[in-house]
Amino acid sequence: MRMSLRTGDLVPVTLLAGLALLPFAAAAADEPFFTAFFARVLIYAIAATALNVALGLGGLVSLGHALFLGLGMYSVALPAHFGIANGWLHLAACVASCGVVGLLTGYVSLRTSGIAFIMITLAFAQMGYFLVVSLKQFGGDDGMAIAAASEFFGFSLGSGNAVYAVAFCVLVALTVWIARLRSAPFGMTLRAGRQNARRVASVGLALPRYQLAAYVLSAVLCGLAGMLLANLSAYASPSSMSWMVSGELIVMVVLGGMGSVFGPFLGAIAFLGIEEVLKAFTEHWMAVFGLLILGVALLGKAGIAGLLARSNRSISAASKGVKAPLLAESGVRP
Amino acid sequence: MSALLQTEKLTKRYGALVVTDDVSLEVQAGELHAIIGPNGAGKTTLINQLSGELAPNSGSVRFAGKDVTATGINGRARQGLLRSYQITSVFDEFTVRENATLAALGTQRHAFSFWTSLLGDSKALAAANEGIAAAGLAAHADIPASALGYGERRQLELAMALAARPRFLLLDEPMAGMSVQESAAVVTLLQSLKRKYTILLVEHDMNAVFALADRISVLVYGKLLVTGTPEEIRNNAEVRAIYLGEEEVVA
Amino acid sequence: MTFSLLLAQLLNGLQYGVLLFLLAAGLTLVFGIMSFVNLAHGSLYMLGAYAAAVVTGATGSFALGVVAALATGTAVGMLLEWAAVSRLYRRDHLDHVLATFGLVLFFNEVTRMIWGPQPLFVTLPEALSGTIEIFGFTYPAYRFLIIAVGLAVAVGSSWLIHRTRVGMLVRAGSVNPQMVGALGVNIRLLNAMLFALGAALAALAGAMAAPILSVQSGMGEAVLITTLVVIVIGGIGSVSGAFYAAIIVGLTDTLGRTYLPLLMREFASRDIANAAGPALASMLVYLLMAVVLAVRPQGLFPAHKG
Repeated sequence: MRMSLRTGDLVPVTLLAGLALLPFAAAAADEPFFTAFFARVLIYAIAATALNVALGLGGLVSLGHALFLGLGMYSVALPAHFGIANGWLHLAACVASCGVVGLLTGYVSLRTSGIAFIMITLAFAQMGYFLVVSLKQFGGDDGMAIAAASEFFGFSLGSGNAVYAVAFCVLVALTVWIARLRSAPFGMTLRAGRQNARRVASVGLALPRYQLAAYVLSAVLCGLAGMLLANLSAYASPSSMSWMVSGELIVMVVLGGMGSVFGPFLGAIAFLGIEEVLKAFTEHWMAVFGLLILGVALLGKAGIAGLLARSNRSISAASKGVKAPLLAESGVRP
Repeated sequence: MSALLQTEKLTKRYGALVVTDDVSLEVQAGELHAIIGPNGAGKTTLINQLSGELAPNSGSVRFAGKDVTATGINGRARQGLLRSYQITSVFDEFTVRENATLAALGTQRHAFSFWTSLLGDSKALAAANEGIAAAGLAAHADIPASALGYGERRQLELAMALAARPRFLLLDEPMAGMSVQESAAVVTLLQSLKRKYTILLVEHDMNAVFALADRISVLVYGKLLVTGTPEEIRNNAEVRAIYLGEEEVVA
Repeated sequence: MTFSLLLAQLLNGLQYGVLLFLLAAGLTLVFGIMSFVNLAHGSLYMLGAYAAAVVTGATGSFALGVVAALATGTAVGMLLEWAAVSRLYRRDHLDHVLATFGLVLFFNEVTRMIWGPQPLFVTLPEALSGTIEIFGFTYPAYRFLIIAVGLAVAVGSSWLIHRTRVGMLVRAGSVNPQMVGALGVNIRLLNAMLFALGAALAALAGAMAAPILSVQSGMGEAVLITTLVVIVIGGIGSVSGAFYAAIIVGLTDTLGRTYLPLLMREFASRDIANAAGPALASMLVYLLMAVVLAVRPQGLFPAHKG
C-alpha cells in the first residue's frame, strides 16, 4: 500500500484534524452554530467529492448533480412523512433512487459529449426539480419539514452533533477511498479517458462502460450527502435541487483542484468560507461572488490543491535530497 | 502456412471517392508484411479498417479465423490485434510504466477494480515491464509521458502494444519524423521482434521496408496492385513506374 | 375540448415557440461555431426585459422599450465578448461553464440591487392591448405581434444565412470553424458580431416576453434551460433546426400542459390526475428530449449532413 504523505497534503490533513476536534470545542464554548455550519461544510465536501469522481477523474461535466442531492434529501423526507424513521430504509431508498436515476440519465446523457452532455445533465436535473415542485402534497415549492430523523439501530441523526460525526467519518472514508481509486484500474481508466478518449479503446477498454459506472457511483455518493443534509436541516426543499447548486458544486471541485484527493474538501471550505465572509460585508455579496468565480475561470484551474502541490516534495525524497517528479505524483493537470 | 489476418474485398467510400478499392490482403502468421504506396494511396484508411476504428462499406476482415468486421477497436485489441499510431497517441499525464500497465491490463482483463493500485497488479505489471524493456525504454519507465522526447514517445507507443501481449502488430509509420540514427535503431528493434510477432508495417522509408519485410504489398489509389517478396517487388515494372522520380529504390 | 380552446392553445404554443426560437437562434450559433457554452444567455434575456420595462414605464412607448432592449443586449453582449468570452474560446467547456455561471450570479444580483426583488410590470399601449378576431374567434393582439415578430426574425435569419456572404461564413463555420479562420476571414470580428447578434435576439425575446410575464431577477434561468432543450432537439449549430425544434417544443409544452391533465382524468381518479397531470406535463419536454437523444443524438435537424 503506497500512500506517501507530501508537504502539500499537510494543510488539508491539518484542517481535517482541526475539524475532528471542532464539535468538542464548540460544545465547550456553547456555540452550536459552528457545529452546524461545519457540518454543512462537511456535507458539501462529500457532495463535491462525489462529483469529483465523475468530473475530476472522468472529465464528465455534469451540471445536474443537485438532482441526486435532492433525491437523497427526499429519500429521508418522504418516508419520514409516512412515519418511517428507519435509517436503513432511508439509505436503501437513497441508493436505489440515485442508482436507477443515475443509470437512466447517465445512459442517455453519455450518448452525447461535449456541450450537449453538459446541457442534457442540466435538463434532467431541471426535470427532477419541476417534478418535485409540482408535487403539491409534498410541499411543492416550499418544501417539507422532516418529521423524523434517520435512525440506525437506535442511533439517531436528529442532532447536529450526530450528523457532524457521521459526515466527518463518511468524508474521511471517502477521501481515503478516492486516494486509492485514483491509482486503481478504474480511476486510471477514467483519467485516461479524460486525456485521450480515442486511445482508451485501443488498449482494450470500453470507456463508455466505465464512464457510466463513474456517473452512477457519483450519483449515489451525492445522494448520501443529501441524506445527511436532510437530517441536518430537518427540511427538504426543491431549492437544493436547483441547477445553481449544481453549479456551486462544480465551482467547489474546480476551486479545490480537479481530480485531486483533497480538492473537493478544500474547495467546499473555501467556497462556503468566502460566502460567509462576503455575507458579513454586504447584502449584495452574490454579485462579488459571481465576479470572483468569473475570475477563477479566467485565471485557470489548478485550484488550491494545485497551488499546494507546487510546494510538494515527497518527504522521503527530501531526506535524500532528491526532488520528486511533480506532475505525475500530484495528478494535477499542468 | 496460415493467414493470421486477411481481408476480403474490403471497400471504403467517402461519397463518390473510393478510398479502399476491393482490397483482398492476407498476412501470414509469423511474417513481417509491409504495405507501401505513394501518398494518398489510402494506407491509413486501410489500417483504420484493420484495427477497427473505421467500418468498411463492404467486405470483411478476418483475424485468426474469426470474422471481426463488426468488432470494435477494444474487442480486436483484446483478441491480440494491436496497433501503434502514426501521430503519437499516449496518455501524457501517466508515466511510461502506467501507460504500459494500463495497456497490459485492458487487453487481458477489465478495469473494474476500485482499491488495489494499477501497478499492484503483478501480471499486468510484468507484461508491461517486458514490453518496456523490449521497446528500449527501461531507463525511463517512471517518467511521465509528457516529458519524453519525440523518439521516446514512439518507443512508448510500441511498448504499449507489446505490453498487451499481442499476436499481431499493426504499425503505422513507426519511423515517421525520425533521423537516420533513430530509424536505424527502430529497424534493429523491429528485427528483434520479427519472429515473435506477426507484423503489418506501413512505411515510407524504403531502406527499412526492404531490410525488414518478408513480403510487400503495394497500394495505389486504394487498390492492391501487387504482393510479393522484396526481390519481386523491386523488379516489378509497374511498381518502378509508380516510384520513378519519387524515391530511389535502394538495392 | 372545444375548437376555440384548441386554436387558442395552438396559437399560444406557436407564440411560446417563436420566443424560444429568438433565444435558441443566437445560442445555437455560439455553441456550434465558437463551441462556447454560454449559460449567461438567460441573463441577456433578463436584461432585455428589464430595459424594455424601465424604458416603457418611463416614456410610455413600448416601441422605445424594444429599441432599448436591443441596444442593451447588443452593448452588453459586445462588452462580455470582448472582456471575458473571447479569452475563453480556446479553453475547455468547463471553464465556460464556470465563467458564465459566475456571470449569471452577478447579473441576477445586480438587477436585485437596482430594482429590488419585486417584479416589474409592463403596461401595453392601447393599440396593442386589444384582441383580434379571426374565424369568429378572438385572440390577444399582442400575442399575435409576438408571433409576427418571431416569424419575421426567422425569415430574416434564413435570408441572412442562405443569401449573404456573412451567412455563408456562418454556415461554413458551424461545420468547420478552424477552416473559416484559416481562410483569412477576420474570425475575431465574426465571433464578436455573432455573439452580439445572439445577445440582441435574446434581449428582444426578453422585451417581447416582458408584458406577458413578470420581469424579475432570475427569470432567465428557467427559459434558458428550455432553450437548451430546444437546441439539443434541433441539433447544435443549426438555426433551422432551432426553429423547427422551438415550434415543436412550444406546442408540446403548451398543449401538454392544457390537455394532459384533462386526458389523465379520463383514465385515472381525480386525485391522481390532479397530482400527476401537471407533474407529467412539466416533464413532457424533457422526455421528448430524452427520446430524441436516444434515437438521434445529433439532433433532428443537425447542421452537418451525415
